[in-house]
Amino acid sequence: MDNLTGRVALVTGAAQGIGYAVATRLAEAGARVVATDVRDQSDLGEHIATRSHDVTSAARWAEVVGEAVAEHGRLDILVNNAGVSGYDQLHELPLAEWERIVAINQTGVLLGMQTALGPMRKQRSGAIVNISSICGATSVRGVAAYHSSKHAVLTMTKNAAVTYAREGIRANAVLPGWIRTPLTLGQTDDLNEAFLDATPMGAGGEPQDVAEAVCFLVSDRARFITGVDLPVDGGYLAR
Amino acid sequence: MDRLKDKVAVVTGGAVGIGLATARLFAEEGATVVVADLDKPEQEVDAPGLEYAELDVTDEDAWSRVVAEVVARHGRLDVLVNNAGVIDYAAIDAVTPEDWARVIGVDQTGVFLGMRAALGPMLAQGSGSIINLSSAWGVVGSEGVAAYQAAKGGVRGLTRNGAVTYACRGVRVNTVIPGWVTTPLTDAQPAEKNAEVIALTPLGYGAEPRDIAWGCVYLASDESRYVTGSELVIDGGLLAQ
Repeated sequence: MDNLTGRVALVTGAAQGIGYAVATRLAEAGARVVATDVRDQSDLGEHIATRSHDVTSAARWAEVVGEAVAEHGRLDILVNNAGVSGYDQLHELPLAEWERIVAINQTGVLLGMQTALGPMRKQRSGAIVNISSICGATSVRGVAAYHSSKHAVLTMTKNAAVTYAREGIRANAVLPGWIRTPLTLGQTDDLNEAFLDATPMGAGGEPQDVAEAVCFLVSDRARFITGVDLPVDGGYLAR
Repeated sequence: MDRLKDKVAVVTGGAVGIGLATARLFAEEGATVVVADLDKPEQEVDAPGLEYAELDVTDEDAWSRVVAEVVARHGRLDVLVNNAGVIDYAAIDAVTPEDWARVIGVDQTGVFLGMRAALGPMLAQGSGSIINLSSAWGVVGSEGVAAYQAAKGGVRGLTRNGAVTYACRGVRVNTVIPGWVTTPLTDAQPAEKNAEVIALTPLGYGAEPRDIAWGCVYLASDESRYVTGSELVIDGGLLAQ
């Protein structure tokens, strides 16, 4: 439980769902957590610092990371979790919708890594976890922009892992399957049933399941793990 | 530390290397661990909770006996780590039928026999976690090493099959894919070959057995209850390139 004592972590999209569980879990493990979101985060415990944060804004990234480093002297962990979904099929996907989803899910991850790499490279240590999706490694009907952006997250993660390994910085991706979150609960019953039918365990996961995987990957117990995709998906991708 | 409290585990090839490190860490995390190997560990195994069982993983009767003994003594079997392995370096055109059969027998058929034996009590309990050790050489090609590459690739397929088949019955099956690890197996390799693999590893060093063992702890524990059919790569970035 105490293996992240003294570490400073930044978690995006932490107001609810997976991000909320990750921020809470890292804090339980002893990390000093800065939680960010565009939404209200007053549900998070008072020992977790919260910041209003649009991940598509490079200027805001610089402020959020700058403040964390000014306050704590370092940044050890970045969890790029903020994301949105979109269900349009390719032939009907408006350009503006494509750009909105790619900006948050993909460019937001780029900006996060770019900004965090500043202090991490100075420290010569750091652990980044990017939250992709089973849609980052396989295909379902529709969901075109989400698919593309989540695939990009995987390749960006591997690129960062290989590029910065010798500087002591690790980067890994977690691929959640169907997890009970406000995002999935807002989807149509048909879509949710299709995902669960295709999940060998026959049930969805909880945000806590993803948080445990993230907590392992950012700890020193995973010091030799970099550039990997870790699914937390009830067997979805094994089929 | 009690991440594996009350769990009963069998670790094959547990006398040395990754297997021994995994057995020790499981015991530190509160599990009762049966170290199954051809020989007793040379090093004194001091941690409480460690037991030894003689096992040739290619012998199906021995598997039945070991699993039955574990269940008789401890009432259940929660975790099986199929770690026992051997290597042969010959290329396809040079590998002898005997060496081929030996490597496939231990590294692949041994995993099948272990899964089959463990599934008895695990399906009866409605729970279990099986962890199969593959290798980076089960994913990408390397010169020579034909039988080992075939067997380690086979393990990945068998894992996914087990994961999909038994997911609804409470049994999880995952693969761990180590890169270069300091073990008796790699110590016996030419220094040149080891230096080559480490130079190719983005992190720039090799793993200790404990680095692999921590991955096994995660997959054995309930922290990974929604993880099945996955391949946990622990390779310093080797395969990300």
